[in-house]
Amino acid sequence: MRLAVLTDIHGNREAFAAVLADLEGREIDRIALLGDIVGYGPDPGWCCDRAMVLVAGGALAVQGNHDAAISAMDPAMNANARKALDWTRPQLSEAQRQFLAGLPLSADLGDLRLVHASANAPGDWIYVTSEQRAMPSFRVCEARVILCGHVHVPALMSCDRAGQVRQQRILQASPVPLIRSRRWLAVVGSVGQPRDGVPQAGYAIWDDARNELCFRRVPYDTAATAAKVRAAGLPETLALRLLRGE
Amino acid sequence: MPLRPHPGLQIDGFTLGEKLHQGGFATIWEVTHPLHPGPMVMKVPVILDGYDGPTIVGFEVEQMIMPRLAGPHVPRVIAEGDFAVLPYIVTERLPGDSMLRLFGQAPLPLSDVIEVAARMAQAVHELHRQHVIHLDLKPENFLQRDTGEMVLVDYGLSRHADLPDLLAEEFTIPMGTFPYIAPEQYLRCRDDLRSDIFALGAMIYELATGRPPFGRPEKLKAVRRRLWRDPVPPRALNPEIPEWLQEIILRALEVLPQRRYQSAAQMVFDLTHPLQVKLTARAHRLQADGRMDVMRRWWAMRGVSSFGPPPELRAQVDHAPILMVAVDLSPQMEAIAGQLRRAVQRMLVLEPDARVACVNVIKTARIGLDVTTDDQGNNLHVARLVGLRAWAGGLDLPEERLTFTVLEGADPGAVLIDHADKIPVSHILMGARGHSSARQYLGSVSSQVVARARCSVTVIRAPRSPAAESPGETPQEVLDRAAALIQGEFREA
Repeated sequence: MRLAVLTDIHGNREAFAAVLADLEGREIDRIALLGDIVGYGPDPGWCCDRAMVLVAGGALAVQGNHDAAISAMDPAMNANARKALDWTRPQLSEAQRQFLAGLPLSADLGDLRLVHASANAPGDWIYVTSEQRAMPSFRVCEARVILCGHVHVPALMSCDRAGQVRQQRILQASPVPLIRSRRWLAVVGSVGQPRDGVPQAGYAIWDDARNELCFRRVPYDTAATAAKVRAAGLPETLALRLLRGE
Repeated sequence: MPLRPHPGLQIDGFTLGEKLHQGGFATIWEVTHPLHPGPMVMKVPVILDGYDGPTIVGFEVEQMIMPRLAGPHVPRVIAEGDFAVLPYIVTERLPGDSMLRLFGQAPLPLSDVIEVAARMAQAVHELHRQHVIHLDLKPENFLQRDTGEMVLVDYGLSRHADLPDLLAEEFTIPMGTFPYIAPEQYLRCRDDLRSDIFALGAMIYELATGRPPFGRPEKLKAVRRRLWRDPVPPRALNPEIPEWLQEIILRALEVLPQRRYQSAAQMVFDLTHPLQVKLTARAHRLQADGRMDVMRRWWAMRGVSSFGPPPELRAQVDHAPILMVAVDLSPQMEAIAGQLRRAVQRMLVLEPDARVACVNVIKTARIGLDVTTDDQGNNLHVARLVGLRAWAGGLDLPEERLTFTVLEGADPGAVLIDHADKIPVSHILMGARGHSSARQYLGSVSSQVVARARCSVTVIRAPRSPAAESPGETPQEVLDRAAALIQGEFREA
């Protein structure tokens, strides 16, 4: 099975569409959405609809903190995120809101655990940004491979049989075998708001027959999305962020 | 680990036979499997009780790298074991012994040294082409196929440019085999393919002289000496060694990677073109450097912890290419020969370390003897060589970056492809004659090379001249011209 893993779409229609187009011809059997379908971006409705169609067709989806904050505001969120969510709420239909509210916090598929943030406490929205911060996920969750998002910067961690967690270097578009002597945690890069300095949509492909994970980047029309962010009256930093990928 | 390997053990359909080898880190077993015919071996890491870091990580590295390798110079992987039950890798079994036995007979006759060295370097080049640095080259890691290809085994210390390096962050001690380990590898660099060039140099030195260039140090500290202490020149130990071979060996053993061969392919090239090896002071040395020189180098190296980061590995692989230029010296190709030269000149601007192999093919009849001496008694080979040299004169390249070869064969395309494989070439440049429908049907030499060569091919085409076109031919006319071409009566307009 080849699974396309998309996360942190954040209402970015152009990026989402570019990734879905990139899946064509890559023999993808299934799609997983790791949350934050909305928030920040100017097309939350379109992205929700697309996600709902994918889920109806068999895709897996888990909830992100922005998805959850549509029905219950998270006081820990920063000002821009709150502003964007206040703008987003009226854009969504009741069905879309219910879809987001009804998403589970985690899902299992074979030896994969899919979550938005950490695997140890998915609803606490912990950022897995270091070896140290990945350790609790490995301790609490027994899955061989944990796939998450939330950070917007792709990363790959391994945990060996002695419990040592190591961050591994990632090469784009170069599949990494997730050897079975270790357990693995991959932070998949953001589709709609990358923050690693590369203004391209990120996602990953998991191939369970080959036991390989491949991080990918797809260019999209950042200028178009940034223009929509500005036209919607959303904070300017959210537009700049897309153009710079920061 | 609940399972221990023993003869008769059955696992995943494999039955263990005789134990073939007991090493410090792994045991090797003969195995059979009803679904996999042919001889196979199973490598099982020797994991001590508790957590045995180095062995496990080395084995993990092999499990990551080996299934990605392809070609005759690596063992074919058949199966891998589950770490939780019994970690193992099953590969095809290669016939015969490793090079260790041959090295035991060193010094070898010169012709054997060259032949073995070229095949070893060729295998290393093929590995580098797959973005892998071996980092533990030694005689016991070279096996052979019946067809002559050297096969590299044991990837426990290797580095794959496209994969995470599990070893880099895990251990701080340098890893490798002391007699052959490169200075930068001693300094913990794991990203330089020229480390393998150094190990090759050390092995060729041993084949030619009977002893490794830096002895057989047992302590890590003694390995550091090679940062300043040069080896005794091979010719001082064995005067029969030609200067060109000493040049090759000592160049590969340079302390600074940038002074070595920049690719194993260039080493193969020199080993197979001895007369064209450019000799430097290295070739003439008859004793190791004096105390003052060594002291000066020791002083310079004190406290050195790195030679600086090497270029990105994939860039290193593409760097220092060998360009093969197929030059057609026939009168109707004069225009293209000039264009071809300008194309090579442009490429040399981008690839300042490239070497250029100029090749010309004498086409022989398929059957019967050929006269390679013309009416005036001039040897055609010599005439073609002179022509090639004259063509290359315009390139303005120093001698050591050029070679000239005249090949012979009934099928020029096949001859060029074989030669390119042998050298081994990274890029072929050649001219193509104008468009003609007959060529479209019959295929041209260039299209054959483009279709079958293993490397990149650039085809230079002469500008269209209206006179050369033959528009509006009927299929019958095309067939007639094709028939004429086959009979060798056809002349390009």
